[in-house]
Amino acid sequence: MDLISREYRTITGITGPLVFVEGIKRGSFGEMCIVKMDTAETRTGQILKLEGDKAVVQVLEGASGIDRDKTSIIPTGEVAKVGVSMDMMGRIFNGSGFPIDALPEIIPEKNLDINGLPMNPVAREKPNYFIETGISVIDGLNTLVRGQKLPIFSSAGLPANELVLQILRQARGAEEEDFCVIFGAMGITSREAFFFREGIEETGAMSRTVSFINLASDPTVERFFTPRIALTTAEYFAFEKGFQVMVVLTDMTAYCEALRELGSAREEIPGRRSYPGYMYTDLATLYERAGCIKGSQGSITIMPILTMPEDDITHPIPDLTGYITEGQIVLSRDMHMKGIYPPINALPCLSRLMNIGIGKGRTREGHRELADQLYASYAKGIHIRRLVAIVGEEGLTELDRTYLAFADEFEKRFIGQGEERRTIDETLDLGLELLKMLPERELKRLK
Amino acid sequence: MDEIRGKIYGVSGPVVMASSMKGAKMHTTCHVGYAGLLGEIIRIEGDMVTIQVYEDTTGLTLGEEVISFGRPLTAMLGPGLLSNVYDGIQRPLYIVSESGAYIGKGIRIEGLDLDRKWGFNPHKKAGDEVGPGDILGSFAETESITHKVMVPPGVKGVIKEISKGSVSGRSPVCVLTDGKTIRLFQEWPVRVPRPFKSKLPPTDPFVTGQRVFDTLLPIAEGGTAAVPGGFGTGKTVVEHTIAKYARTDIVIYIGCGERGNEMTEVLTEFPHLKDPMTGLPLNMRTVIIANTSNMPVAAREASIFTGITIAEYFRDMGYRVALMADSISRWAEALREISSRLEEMPSEEGFPPYLASRLGGFYERAGKVNCLGNDGRTGSVTVISAISPPGGDFSEPVTQASLRVAGALWALDTELAYARHFPAVNWKRSFSLYYKKLSSWFEREVAPDMVELRSRLAALLQKEEDLNEVVQVIGVEALQDSDRLTLEAATIAREGFLRQSAFSETDAFASFEKQYWMLKAIFSFLDSSMKALESGVYLERIIESPLRTSLLRMQNLSNEGFREWAEDMIGKIEKELLSVE
Ligand SMILES: Nc1ncnc2c1ncn2[C@@H]1O[C@H](COP(=O)(O)OP(=O)(O)OP(=O)(O)O)[C@@H](O)[C@H]1O
Ligand SMILES: [Mg+2]
Repeated sequence: MDLISREYRTITGITGPLVFVEGIKRGSFGEMCIVKMDTAETRTGQILKLEGDKAVVQVLEGASGIDRDKTSIIPTGEVAKVGVSMDMMGRIFNGSGFPIDALPEIIPEKNLDINGLPMNPVAREKPNYFIETGISVIDGLNTLVRGQKLPIFSSAGLPANELVLQILRQARGAEEEDFCVIFGAMGITSREAFFFREGIEETGAMSRTVSFINLASDPTVERFFTPRIALTTAEYFAFEKGFQVMVVLTDMTAYCEALRELGSAREEIPGRRSYPGYMYTDLATLYERAGCIKGSQGSITIMPILTMPEDDITHPIPDLTGYITEGQIVLSRDMHMKGIYPPINALPCLSRLMNIGIGKGRTREGHRELADQLYASYAKGIHIRRLVAIVGEEGLTELDRTYLAFADEFEKRFIGQGEERRTIDETLDLGLELLKMLPERELKRLK
Repeated sequence: MDEIRGKIYGVSGPVVMASSMKGAKMHTTCHVGYAGLLGEIIRIEGDMVTIQVYEDTTGLTLGEEVISFGRPLTAMLGPGLLSNVYDGIQRPLYIVSESGAYIGKGIRIEGLDLDRKWGFNPHKKAGDEVGPGDILGSFAETESITHKVMVPPGVKGVIKEISKGSVSGRSPVCVLTDGKTIRLFQEWPVRVPRPFKSKLPPTDPFVTGQRVFDTLLPIAEGGTAAVPGGFGTGKTVVEHTIAKYARTDIVIYIGCGERGNEMTEVLTEFPHLKDPMTGLPLNMRTVIIANTSNMPVAAREASIFTGITIAEYFRDMGYRVALMADSISRWAEALREISSRLEEMPSEEGFPPYLASRLGGFYERAGKVNCLGNDGRTGSVTVISAISPPGGDFSEPVTQASLRVAGALWALDTELAYARHFPAVNWKRSFSLYYKKLSSWFEREVAPDMVELRSRLAALLQKEEDLNEVVQVIGVEALQDSDRLTLEAATIAREGFLRQSAFSETDAFASFEKQYWMLKAIFSFLDSSMKALESGVYLERIIESPLRTSLLRMQNLSNEGFREWAEDMIGKIEKELLSVE
């Protein structure tokens, strides 16, 4: 403990959200500080780098208005923590964990380091519990399981939020006592925040939802903390209280942009497209907090939403995310323009944990083969559709035309299910029915 | 040992600066701070040293003590490695997990259990003269693998005493007349390759059981293969499948900066799978290094060296070792992160200029060698490493640096993965530099016409590519019948032969015999139907023949009895297609 209070009035410079302090005698890496301004306002800071007696402190609320000569920095002796308790259920907090729902502060059961610790790979339990979302492309072709991290790659203007709310509303098991939602929002508009709030209320899960909301108008630096606070809360509910936690993180693009902004303020050498070189590791320390633990009832499933800049899947944000998560659900503008809802572009979608969640006793025997066949046939249909765009329909064989028709029907009926909730049996039956359009000898993958 | 004590002067992410460290040596280990975090000195300037710390540095405070022990980062090599799971600096993760599901800080546990007893069976006796690599004795480390206790590199002399029966790591198994002792385990600096007598040229293939690799793009035993591909193209499945089915004695599996759940999959599956060589549980031949993406980056950087040092140790016993590294790109990123904290001058895409030489140094540790020791044994390390190029674009530095040194390139393709064609190998972009050298093995061990069939396969795929370009312009209907037949055969080759599901019970491993007879059947179909076409049979009749469907599905038949099925099939093909008037 610090008996002597340390208060440094030795700020030498300020850039962006960063404050440079000299004459530091004691300080720890990652230590939280109080930034005391002459206006009697206090802000929160965190030590990002120490060298000799110099420290770099990032200010959560941003550095604007900080007077170099009249502001002091007081290290607290603590790393960033969040107070957690069962009473958080149903509550709404800002991006740093303070209540914004006009209700009193919670009395924490304990304070937890928001960075958490890496889960020991040998302590993990293999996720294998199938979550029926009621959405055919997910359940049938890219099955979600408890403990998975499955992001939604969206583009500006596409209904990703609607899709996530539909999943929350429909997911089987969501009505159970041990199900809860942690909602972490970074840089969303108040319109979106309102939309989510209303949507979650409609699902009836509001009393089992904890929200952390950093709005677009809130400080950028805070965005760095929001998902960590959300995930620490999730770990508490999942592994200490035994809940099946569904974490929705949106918009990860705003989070990554905040990382980039911080990196450039720190004059770091940027990586691809000026995002920090450590962005992979940074995102991994968030997403890898999903999972199941041996001997524990609970689980953490993460559904991050991100917006692909310029609809480009090779952009570092979707790219690094895809390299970390266990698959992805990709939305497409083309499908949206065609009026298909959900506008999912099935080909680049993937669920890597699908195999352990499906099959006899879980969904249905032959599920894998059926999904593979639907994929192969749809891919072939799309390939022919592209050819037609180049050479026209003249050179097509009868079979080619059948494939074209199949791809159209598949998009219209299998993908474009609208607001309907489909059971896994309905999904698989529909898949089989659609395949009947093709001659049997083309169905090489079915047993 | 000369201990040097200094103080923390600065912290930036995984990099710590310590002052008053006069006399500390480069690449030696330190304990950093009260928590005693393990680190390695990577830069010295005056009395100031820079340390890469293998654990999370949050909470380290200015002025806390740093102790250097003057010893390099080493791996502990001895019995007990097999079926174990380690992090990047060889901490045994099962023991770590006894104190909770999360990995705490400052945990120091030996890589091997020194108290465990082994029934040592000496091969030498008092009075024998021994030198580096000589085998002193052996015992069963697991049911499937015999551990050979070797004289460490650099040690020689005459045996004064040698143990027999129950031994542990606590006391020496052998004392030489000059008083030197030899223990059950050796410690070896991970960044230094272990010595051998000489390297041997590749002569035998490393058998994976995956048709696209074994037939089309083989890798030699002791060779290196790089497997680049965008996310979700199947790199990890390739690594897992080969770790399961490859005809090799030992597997070192390094999960370097990848997913925790993938490691769990290996851990839960392997004990229930059979080692294809011995029929015993697969984990008995496997050592796992799991330094997942959320574990500290500096330990990730060390993980591949820890792994390859363990691989070399088993190679030195005379085993064939396969090292799977998933993914080398994450290792390179760790290197980049540390380099940027050191404020080194970056080269392409922010990677340090020494990226290529470090990577080259790692791949160079693969190879088939004459081992040290007087019994003339050979051993090998085959390296298969995944590469995760940003945006799936192979022009980036890690892929390019790997390409220059790897002997085989298995390029994975996003389009093929989207169509669920797995393994999603783009055969055009891929290559094998070993093929020529392995030809005589194929002709000798598989069949005299195996090399020819492989050439025909490559030519068929190339022809398909050319024809498809024509189709793009004029449409399929405008092609000649013989060309359409070629396209049909190519489809069978791709869908029936190259495609192979890692999750199929009967087809996850294809024996060379099966591979060969599949090719025989495909080309018998092509040749016979060409002849049939010439003699006036309609193309539609050939395409709609049930024979074609059988060929497309033949991969689901098991290895046993495949040859009989194929011979029968070829008979049917000839009968149906050639006997028409
Ligand atoms: N040989 C195969 N047989 C069947 N399915 C496969 C095969 N290879 C890959 N797949 C499918 O592709 C998915 C993705 O493969 P994998 O996880 O190996 O990709 P990756 O290249 O390692 O991706 P990342 O770089 O993101 O780790 C698997 O979950 C599986 O469904
Ligand atoms: Mg992978």
